Amino acid sequence: MKKKLLAILLLGSLLGAVLTGCGDGSAEQVTEDRSAANELVVGIAQDLDNSLDPHVVVAAGTKEVMFNVFEGLMKPTSTGDLIPAVAEDYTVSDDHLTYTFTLREGVKFHNGDTVAAEDVVYSIARCAGLNGSEPLVEALSVVTDVKAVDERTVAITIAEPSNEFISYMTTAILPADYDRQDTAPVGTGPFKFVSRAAQDNIVLEKFDEYWGTPVYLDKVTFKIIENADSLVMSLQSGAIDLCAHLTSTQIDQLGDDFNVAEGTMNLVQAMYLNNAVAPFDDIRVRQALCYAVDKQGVLDIAFDGYGSPIGTSIYPAFGKYFDESLIDYYPHNVEKAKSLLAEAGYPDGFTMSITVPSNYQPHIDTAQVLVEQLRAVGVEAKIELVEWGTWVEEAYVGRNFQSTVVGVDASNMTARALLERFTSAYGKNFINYNSAEYDALFEQALATYDDAAQTELYKAMAADLTKNAANVYIQDLADLVAVRKGVEGLNFYPIYVLDLSTVRYAD
Amino acid sequence: MKHLNGYLKTGLILTGFLTVFIVLGFFWTPYDPTAMDAKKFLAPSLQHLMGTDNFGRDIFSRVLKGAGTTFGIAVATVAIGAVLGTLVGALTGFFGGIVDDVLMRINDALTAFPSILLALVIISLLGPGKKYNVVLALGAVFVPSFARVTRTAFAGLRDVNYVKSARLMGASNSRILWVHILPNTMNVLLPALTIGFNNAVLAEASMSYLGIGVTPPDASLGYMLSEAQSMLTRAPWYALSTGLTIILLVFGVGLIGEGLQRRSGEVS
Repeated sequence: MKKKLLAILLLGSLLGAVLTGCGDGSAEQVTEDRSAANELVVGIAQDLDNSLDPHVVVAAGTKEVMFNVFEGLMKPTSTGDLIPAVAEDYTVSDDHLTYTFTLREGVKFHNGDTVAAEDVVYSIARCAGLNGSEPLVEALSVVTDVKAVDERTVAITIAEPSNEFISYMTTAILPADYDRQDTAPVGTGPFKFVSRAAQDNIVLEKFDEYWGTPVYLDKVTFKIIENADSLVMSLQSGAIDLCAHLTSTQIDQLGDDFNVAEGTMNLVQAMYLNNAVAPFDDIRVRQALCYAVDKQGVLDIAFDGYGSPIGTSIYPAFGKYFDESLIDYYPHNVEKAKSLLAEAGYPDGFTMSITVPSNYQPHIDTAQVLVEQLRAVGVEAKIELVEWGTWVEEAYVGRNFQSTVVGVDASNMTARALLERFTSAYGKNFINYNSAEYDALFEQALATYDDAAQTELYKAMAADLTKNAANVYIQDLADLVAVRKGVEGLNFYPIYVLDLSTVRYAD
Repeated sequence: MKHLNGYLKTGLILTGFLTVFIVLGFFWTPYDPTAMDAKKFLAPSLQHLMGTDNFGRDIFSRVLKGAGTTFGIAVATVAIGAVLGTLVGALTGFFGGIVDDVLMRINDALTAFPSILLALVIISLLGPGKKYNVVLALGAVFVPSFARVTRTAFAGLRDVNYVKSARLMGASNSRILWVHILPNTMNVLLPALTIGFNNAVLAEASMSYLGIGVTPPDASLGYMLSEAQSMLTRAPWYALSTGLTIILLVFGVGLIGEGLQRRSGEVS
């Protein structure tokens, strides 16, 4: 018993020590040494995939890091365009079926070999499953043939015309028949892989023979720190210089040594509604919920005002398809929501459940605010926390849910990746959205090869989602990056990558 | 009535005080504990005795409600643990033999697991996010310690004279167990109950702290403490007020346990 009392007292004094703050050691010395050596340490919150083979990797967190090591024939830019990388140029045949790439001269792999047409053929064939195995990259299964025309020219043939095909050509180009990609990856990117210690770190170094603009940093270490509080402490103590995907609360604790860069997570965060189950099969109920929810309120309360409100399944970084007028299509209006509910036969509201994956705190926070906002119009919502695996199985695949707060991302930089999922016949249309008009627009978009006309069609699809109140759209979460003062040049992308090629120490 | 010693007195006053607040919390709180009306991170003031949290909710109201949840879970947990544990302990202690050996070895095996880990396993089997699952899991975890305590007591009393004479008078085993021996184990059982209660409060706190206790926006002390830790520098009153409430609750009941033990003349 005495021991227990003692333990409680100790706990109390420990708490006191934490609150008054511990001394801050020699953080400056450590970071100055790194600055002099032109090295950067980046904190990441999860370990990388077991295999680093870019054609096998699934985790977004791994792709984010390995973006610095690999390149495709084409490469995405921070503005959402595609520029030639390993290729220098390409032409498309009149029937939209054959793409002929001319390779850039003198592009080298990290092992010193020059990229040849056979390496490209090997990489594309491997992803497309042309050598008899399963396609490694699903999107490339449309490739029917790939061949080297000469040393510097590769022709790729696809089964049917596709507007998105060129964006799939960001798939990494690897040296032919090199079989240690999973542990010692070799690519053509601006950084080369040096070493990896599982669950601890991964080290990259400047690749001196890179074809493009050389990078500024000589060495980058990605340090894996899974605990959110340890991440903050590591930033404070000088152990890491840069860390993305922080919360506003974490940012708040950092103090004066850091600049905060705000990008977006490129997610469509919404309260997704199961359009097939009552009461959400009634458009008036869905619209009522849209009116009931105050997006800016969610941002202010749960995210310290960070984040970008959205009104449909397109996030702002997709400037080409983003329509600002849709954000406030349903302005916050409690009276309107109540009258719509009454019209739909729920004058006293109803009870509903919000399923939230328990490992995503931002979604849990959002749901808590939504519960309060919905109560104002008489709707009693109850949060159900489920494990991620259960969520995928029950809600996403099983479509067994009423509503769920999650963020949906795009697997590649196309509007199709965000919008196709709500066509009625699509296998992963988890909200059971069913709009004949929407399906028709999508068919048209697929058959249109004029970029401007196609963009209009995709925009019409996005507007259709808003008008039918398919979901209660909320925001694209802010991606807050802490960058140590004196480090600059970080660019944000409309896809989930952390590009370090432009990052440098200011003089 | 025996003399109330200082430990017992202080413990009873402290616990009584907290119980009044907890009961109050079931019927009335100054603000709606889930309403996000006020400004975020207000420091403690007369309007908000313990300040407001990251959603602008009144922390005092949430502590009242949350202490109730935590208290309820702890009582239910101890009840499960004590009833099952006493049953197992009484039977094995009284009858001995092969049943004793088998049950006690199982008991040892269960004790060998860290209790939180065991509770986590049980919860993941039952599915997370339901309040009664936490109670069931923690209750199961508390069975072994109660079983061990009561077994020792029962085994010690098995052959004392009044039990022998009761047996000579033809009393049935169950009468001997529950009418003759059980009341005489109270000096061991009651302190065990209070210690068990404290462990249950702390266990609930740790479980919710790990994110598998109650579901937001409901409050429990443990869940609130886990929320508060990420805001230590921004809103220290949040962690302090929830942490102190846990400490007071555990401290008060701990004093009662200590007092009971001293009163029965068995100072550990």
